[in-house]
Amino acid sequence: MKLLVCVKQVPDLESRFKPDPSGQWYSETDLAFRINEYDDYAVEQAVRLREQLGDAAELTVLSVGPDRVVEVLKKALAMGCDRAVHVQDPAPHLKDPWQIASIIAAYARSQQYDLIFTGFQSQDRGSAQIGPTIAELLGYACTTTLVGFSFADGVVTATRELEGGLKGVVKMKLPALVTCQLGLNVPRYPTLPNIMKAKKKELETVPVANLLQEETRIATESFYAPEKKGGGMVLEGDVTELVNRVYAILKEKTPALRQ
Amino acid sequence: MKALLIGESREGKLLESTYELVGFARQLGADSAMFLVGDPGRLPGYAGKLYLADVAQAGEYQPDLHKKLILDAVEKENPDLVVFLHSSYGWDLAPRVAVRLGVGQVSEVIGFKEGGFELGACNGKMRRAVKLQGRVVVTIQAGAFAAAPAEGSPQVEPLKESAVSLVEFAGYQPPEPKDIDLARAEIIVSAGRGVGKKENVEVIAALAKALGGELGASRPVVDAGWVEHSHQVGTTGQTVSPKLYIACGISGAIQHLAGMKKSGFILAINKDREAPIGEIADVLVVADVLQFVPALTAKIAG
Ligand SMILES: Cc1cc2nc3c(=O)[nH]c(=O)nc-3n(C[C@H](O)[C@H](O)[C@H](O)COP(=O)(O)OP(=O)(O)OC[C@H]3O[C@@H](n4cnc5c(N)ncnc54)[C@H](O)[C@@H]3O)c2cc1C
Repeated sequence: MKLLVCVKQVPDLESRFKPDPSGQWYSETDLAFRINEYDDYAVEQAVRLREQLGDAAELTVLSVGPDRVVEVLKKALAMGCDRAVHVQDPAPHLKDPWQIASIIAAYARSQQYDLIFTGFQSQDRGSAQIGPTIAELLGYACTTTLVGFSFADGVVTATRELEGGLKGVVKMKLPALVTCQLGLNVPRYPTLPNIMKAKKKELETVPVANLLQEETRIATESFYAPEKKGGGMVLEGDVTELVNRVYAILKEKTPALRQ
Repeated sequence: MKALLIGESREGKLLESTYELVGFARQLGADSAMFLVGDPGRLPGYAGKLYLADVAQAGEYQPDLHKKLILDAVEKENPDLVVFLHSSYGWDLAPRVAVRLGVGQVSEVIGFKEGGFELGACNGKMRRAVKLQGRVVVTIQAGAFAAAPAEGSPQVEPLKESAVSLVEFAGYQPPEPKDIDLARAEIIVSAGRGVGKKENVEVIAALAKALGGELGASRPVVDAGWVEHSHQVGTTGQTVSPKLYIACGISGAIQHLAGMKKSGFILAINKDREAPIGEIADVLVVADVLQFVPALTAKIAG
């Protein structure tokens, strides 16, 4: 059985963001990159299935992006993926989700995967389009936002998260694609021996031009910081002083501390 | 400009959020028609054309079949925009429809900008504007557009399709029973990922106790197993509106905000001055929660 998991590298979301000179995305200066949180759950789930199936399965991890994305591929290999594919693209941020999904679908089509895992969305762009778009292009069964997953007798049983605590249970035959939600599992940390082992695993590099056939459908016009709505007070400084000020505010403006 | 609005029903009932789609179309100044897989006996209050597929035949989660039905409605209606809510129904279905229509999709629109749409980026810290050309599939952020009132009755045009679905819906799982009803709390003090580790949740719980309030939490804290799900605030947890909400080490992602933005007074403690929680907080204290919160608790204890 052939498994694929797709991952994206994103900046630490606690960073300060500034538009880049193109005005279409953020500047990468001073940003530290790591695996997209949702994809961490996708990798973990794919690795668990790989372990369940043993050597009857092969698990590939794929990422589209510049050379820095090799870091997340190495992490995924150290978590237990068998091989990695780096679709080398210096400017994935100038492509829309349609193009990125088409690139991945073009690669996946040649490999005939049985089951594909992606994160529910990326933390920086947040379009939540990649997974279902790949599935639609490949004609695969697909369901999204998984908080539960199992596989037995050729059937995927997925628990989807709906709104307000409700969940839905979905069954699918292969080939299929699932998108993974936060909390689906507890992603492992790669151990040192596994990090060493990962160094010997195959890493294939494919230039994006070999896979890209589609034009942008929705271009970003501008990228900017939100307008400050004002109103709220921002307090900074010495902790003791902050505590005194907040204590006074709570007493004056809220029912707390009034007894 | 004409918009086809994709309404939603669940467990036999029309979802109120469907009226946010109508509100969106009105704000945009677009003509609209609606599509719904629903109960013909419980029609939405909507004075326009309604393409209706009977949920008894089409099911509530049959995305491949619903996609086909929507494509039928698009063919008849010829809309410029096909508009979904950015919900578990909408984000699942919209990309499939966009691929079949051969058009682009814009996800989670929060407003209008320069003749196009405004979207969030970087977990709410930044914004993006997109321009539109030709037909587009759109999802709108839940709560971003005020709902239009339910009024009038629709002219129904029934739709039917036979299709083999690639997925089989095996039913709903009800929410876990709650051991606590946060919705009734007057004071909630919530722990976010910024508290760092499970042991530190105690620090936040101690402040909640000193104030006579309840402990809340953001999702990562619950996913990590530090706090029970019944304490989670947000779209996939509880919606709360206490008189005082204190967010400790919570960035302010839209799904969290949706669950607490109606609180009377919001105090946020975050070491990041730019955290989006600052946009709705009455007071943002820029500090380390592990220094500030115990000091505040000590002051309250006298
Ligand atoms: C469909 C869907 C549904 C969701 N439902 C929910 C939901 O119901 N509820 C929910 O909460 N989330 C929900 N989420 C997740 C949501 O998108 C965010 O990921 C989540 O709210 C982030 O939680 P957080 O703010 O605690 O963590 P982070 O976003 O990681 O933020 C941590 C914050 O802590 C600050 N910080 C770090 N260390 C310190 C320190 N020492 N002192 C002070 N501040 C510090 C950081 O500056 C940062 O702002 C949902 C997501 C999706 C896609």
